[in-house]
Amino acid sequence: MPYAQGRQHERRLPFRNILSFMSTITTDICIVGAGPVGLFAVFEAGLLKMKCHVIDALPQVGGQLSEIYPKKPIYDIPGFPMVLAGDLVQNLMEQIKPFHPTFTLGERVEELQKQEDGSFKVITSGQTEVNCKVVVIAGGLGSFEPRKPAIENLENFEGGKGVAYMILDPEHYRDKRVVLAGGGDSALDWAIFLADVAKELTLVHRGTTFRGAPESAAKVTSLSEEGHMKLLLKSNVTEVHGSEDGLESVTILSDGAEPYKLEVDAFIPLFGLVPKLGPLENWGLELEKSAIVVNTFDYSTNVPGVYAIGDINTYPGKLKLILCGFHEAALMAQSAYSFIYPDKKFVLKYTTVNGVPTI
Amino acid sequence: MQEDITVYVENEAGERIAVPVPTDMGLSLMEALKANEFDIMATCGGMALCATCHVELIEAPELPEASDDEMYMLENLPNLTDGSRLSCQIKVTPELDGTVLRLMANH
Repeated sequence: MPYAQGRQHERRLPFRNILSFMSTITTDICIVGAGPVGLFAVFEAGLLKMKCHVIDALPQVGGQLSEIYPKKPIYDIPGFPMVLAGDLVQNLMEQIKPFHPTFTLGERVEELQKQEDGSFKVITSGQTEVNCKVVVIAGGLGSFEPRKPAIENLENFEGGKGVAYMILDPEHYRDKRVVLAGGGDSALDWAIFLADVAKELTLVHRGTTFRGAPESAAKVTSLSEEGHMKLLLKSNVTEVHGSEDGLESVTILSDGAEPYKLEVDAFIPLFGLVPKLGPLENWGLELEKSAIVVNTFDYSTNVPGVYAIGDINTYPGKLKLILCGFHEAALMAQSAYSFIYPDKKFVLKYTTVNGVPTI
Repeated sequence: MQEDITVYVENEAGERIAVPVPTDMGLSLMEALKANEFDIMATCGGMALCATCHVELIEAPELPEASDDEMYMLENLPNLTDGSRLSCQIKVTPELDGTVLRLMANH
């Protein structure tokens, strides 16, 4: 199940954050996004002997292909009558191996800084700094972020004031009064886990059934019957209340009943992940409907030295196909080469004649 | 060639926008809405995997029941209603003529 993977990602991230420390990387091209198009950009850059560092917010390479549909067949990759999404990612990793790309995974790009010498510095959520001459955004649909319910003032209690969208450290909720909301297996798994940890646990679910994981659903039902937690079906949290110090209560509306207030220390909506453009929005790039506008001559953006390829860009006639992203990567690479080496002449070399160069 | 049917999209002001949809192109409702430039992301492209094409059917004919995959995604949503469906999982057929829906993914 796709969101089961999302959940593991949520759980794995904190450990990654603890382990990762501030590091600085210097490379020719910094590629934002390790989906198929970002990976193939490493190949096209490598043919021109440009080194690449790849950053992705997900803990594994492959983007959507690995996160959402690794077992789904793809039929429109030239030369492959059918290839599983996960296999395509593996093949791309094999294909770019000769170019020794480096990776920062599980960290989201936050900032793009233009340096005095014309180069760039890309800074991630994990404080990794990448110094590079060219930035290529192959960010697909953006980074996957928790889906937030539409509740007024919810954001006032984010950031340690009682409302969280993922559970980083379950111990944080020991002996607390906790309300979870959601019906996916993330909500179920955490309900089972927190039933022993929290002082009072309530799971609020909009629907009446749980289809994702029947075993977890059965476990939650029995925990509720034994009084270890409260399960509210056909219910939802409609309001949050508190002071500047933090959350104090939530209003719960159950089908056919009067809304009532429940005193809580924490409210955790778990409604899966949804792709967002994120901090890229503030990089000064020309945008149109959450996509980056590019020149189809070389897929450059309005910021010289910054390119956008794959699903994240837009131009007249744009098709969101992996195939088109691969083509965009090839044209981007020759333009990036001229940008980095304005005095060198670009010469197209065929791999069949020259093989794959080493860098 | 079959005649187009009309599907109505109700906006926040309660106005119903008529959307002509061909029935002979094998479209899903999501594809028809996207083709008419409604603000639908449809991230996963129609595999019932992202719920960014979530709609609420206000007036609609009897439809084939949602699959387990679709129900799983719907149950995961904060704004699930009795009429909730993923528009990518609804095939456009002549019976759909006159359907009224709301877009739910951006709420």
